Amino acid sequence: MAAEHAAAAPSPAARAMTSIGIAIALGFAGWLASLVPAVAGGAAPGAAWPWLPAIGAALAFRIDGLSLLFALLISVIGAIVLLYAHRYLRGHPHAARLQLFLTLFMLSMLGLVLADDALLLFVFWELTTVTSYLLIGFDSESAKARRAALQAMLVTGSGGLALLVGLLVVASVTGTLRISEWLAAGSIAGHAAYTAAFALVALGAFTKSAQFPFHFWLPAAMAAPTPVSAYLHSATMVKAGVYLLMRMHPVLGGGEPWFWTLTVVGSATALWASVLALRQTDLKLALAYTTVTALGFLVLFLGGEVDLAITASVTFLIVHAFYKSALFLVVGIVDHATGTREAQRLGGLARAMPTTAAAAALAALSMAGFPPLLGFIGKELKYEAALAIVSRPLALATLLVIANALTFAVAAVVAFRPFWRGEPETPRAPHEAPRRMLVGPLLLAAAGFAFGVYPELVGHYLVEPAVAAIRVTPVAVDLKLWHGINVPLAMSVATALLGLAFYAGHEWLRTLLGRGLAVLPITGDRVFDAALDALKRVAAFQTRILQGGSLRRYLFTTWLVVPLAIGSVLLLRGGLAWPATVSPIPAYAWPIVLLVAAGSFAPIVTTSRLASIAALGIVGAGVSLLYLIFGAPDLAMTQLLVETLTVVIVAVVLLRLPRFSGRDHPGQAGRVRDAVLAIAAGATVSALLLAVLASPLDPTLADWFAANALPAGFGRNVVNVVIVDFRALDTLGEITVVAVAASAAWALLKLRPGASARGDGA
Amino acid sequence: MILSTVARFVVALMLLFSVFLLLRGHDAPGGGFLGGLVAAIGFILYVLAEGTRAARAALRVDPLGVAYVGLGVALLAGFMGLASGAPFLTALWTKLGDVKLGTPVLFDVGVYLVVVGGVLALVFALEEEVG
Repeated sequence: MAAEHAAAAPSPAARAMTSIGIAIALGFAGWLASLVPAVAGGAAPGAAWPWLPAIGAALAFRIDGLSLLFALLISVIGAIVLLYAHRYLRGHPHAARLQLFLTLFMLSMLGLVLADDALLLFVFWELTTVTSYLLIGFDSESAKARRAALQAMLVTGSGGLALLVGLLVVASVTGTLRISEWLAAGSIAGHAAYTAAFALVALGAFTKSAQFPFHFWLPAAMAAPTPVSAYLHSATMVKAGVYLLMRMHPVLGGGEPWFWTLTVVGSATALWASVLALRQTDLKLALAYTTVTALGFLVLFLGGEVDLAITASVTFLIVHAFYKSALFLVVGIVDHATGTREAQRLGGLARAMPTTAAAAALAALSMAGFPPLLGFIGKELKYEAALAIVSRPLALATLLVIANALTFAVAAVVAFRPFWRGEPETPRAPHEAPRRMLVGPLLLAAAGFAFGVYPELVGHYLVEPAVAAIRVTPVAVDLKLWHGINVPLAMSVATALLGLAFYAGHEWLRTLLGRGLAVLPITGDRVFDAALDALKRVAAFQTRILQGGSLRRYLFTTWLVVPLAIGSVLLLRGGLAWPATVSPIPAYAWPIVLLVAAGSFAPIVTTSRLASIAALGIVGAGVSLLYLIFGAPDLAMTQLLVETLTVVIVAVVLLRLPRFSGRDHPGQAGRVRDAVLAIAAGATVSALLLAVLASPLDPTLADWFAANALPAGFGRNVVNVVIVDFRALDTLGEITVVAVAASAAWALLKLRPGASARGDGA
Repeated sequence: MILSTVARFVVALMLLFSVFLLLRGHDAPGGGFLGGLVAAIGFILYVLAEGTRAARAALRVDPLGVAYVGLGVALLAGFMGLASGAPFLTALWTKLGDVKLGTPVLFDVGVYLVVVGGVLALVFALEEEVG
């Protein structure tokens, strides 16, 4: 997609957006880096501004070790991805838009990890959902991309709603929205509302971090441009759920439900996704599934209460962010240079693309867990932790070795085979990537190497403060490459051997898996489709019931509510009353009253629509005369004018309708039914008005308006002063409705098929 | 023919009357809503006499546009209060000789325009598509 535009120059807008985005990213990265020593020393700088004081919500931010680690990853990888994307989409007509969305996403993500207020965290959480919707659906002309974007938004969005409720439950238990106060108060595991809070928060985290069975949206989201996948779907957004679990660990952790849920869901996700990863032939999809595996690992180790498990999770988070975003960017380069990401069509690329090959190799070695890369340390820690968190670790250890071996094999499929095996048969002759696209993967891969050789740096400044933040107590973390000859090392060797075997047989396994998976009765994706279809069917069903299209039925239903809702309350709750004093109708008003009564009878007996409308016009005019007699000239004039307008408008429409036909006629039974309803509705309204008149009217407002119209509103017409001054906001709402209704009516009439071509300029 | 001849005078009178109603509304029966209805009915009379094409030509501008401008004018009146440091839609008054001027009058002009524009947009479209 991008390569077609490779020759064109970047647009000024794209250039500007890239510069702004990178400046913001680097600005944040520099500022955050300057805080590292202080935070490592135990400080947690924060700031708060009032937001919704009535409910205790504040724009509160706080930077502890955990927030700092995430924020650094987000801003540093953000800068790299923006630079890469600028070149990747050079000449694309919407390149500037992508950069804008990426920058907005980055800011939402930063807000999410820095927020110290639960509501603020939720707002940023939703903002990442919205911006990722825009990013996944960037290629908006592709139906696949639109579907993937919608799916990701619906899955993570419904999780977000669960999260909101979960956070509010925690807030009601602790009595504050401030997350730092939750951490200080400790676990609420014993509380009655704990299960609800935990289940809801976990639902939010699991959907966002693509845990089984919600994992399906992440591979589908690969419809996004590759830089987006590198950023959102490896390093940042999918880690938001992990961040949430880490953040809430002190509040919700520590019990059996927490341990078993996270351990089981995390293990299932890791194993299942690693199996599916080997099945993929699209390199990007293979990476996506290993990302799900990694997310499973991260969740799995958060289940434990052991420092070692938390350390393993945090360390692996850094490891994974580096190698996975590097590999995504490499796959983007390969796609860009050769026109394909299909494993079977790629081969021997190292000759034409030596630098890319080197970056890929370095990142893949970290992914496979070879020393001396950071990935090796991450893997050793995982094995150590697995042995520590359960008393009989055989099953968990076996599962981890298999999942890691599958990851190992995928690393080889993605980063070894296309570069070093076979001959290129690609759609385009491969060529080395431009420098701007190489910077990112090289830097990220090199970081995995450098931090592997000097693990103390990462251990002391990033991992230790983050682990301390999760444990809410200082924890000593000592990352080392060499741990001596022990069980984890033996497991590593087993992993490598098994991984080699998987790689050697991966084509055979792929066919086998393909056959096996084809018979799966349900997948998350299909369940999603079925749920969406069911929703549409329910909507269609209730639309048929509620909006059948028969005006007669609408009117019947509407008027039925009057006796049912109002009349029943009046009767059952003893609301019927007769006013103490009823002023008599003056003699000169009697003709008008009789005219109104006659006017309302006429439509019942006539079959002419025009006669009905005219008769109802008489009713309206008569009522407005009554208003005038009883001292409401404004109301009388308005009523008269509206009556005039109604008659004109309705006449325009009705004159074009055919005469009443037999089909429209309700029949004898129908007429009786309508008559009963009409009498019931009329009687109810009369009873209601009498009851209103019987109770004393509170004159406070009326007196106030009458007294203040002239001194405060400078007007003698109280009604008008109320409309344009005292209650101007109401009026503003009303005229907005008038304008919107007129636009809608215009659109209904003019924008339908067969409307006259003559538009009126709108 | 008779309707057509009379309509010209009556319409002019109704439009004049509508502005009169609008402006006196603060102290006597009238106001933007009433004035707007009178003006709209005046135009509808013209539609009945001469047809929508002539009525559109006489109005010169798109009625929906008139409604939107009216909404903008009402909002402007509201923001003038906001700009002076008071809450949105707070009334501001000044005296120009004997004539008192205030943001409520401007607001009422907005109401007038919304009503005229909204009603006419509906009626024109109805006449053209259904009539």
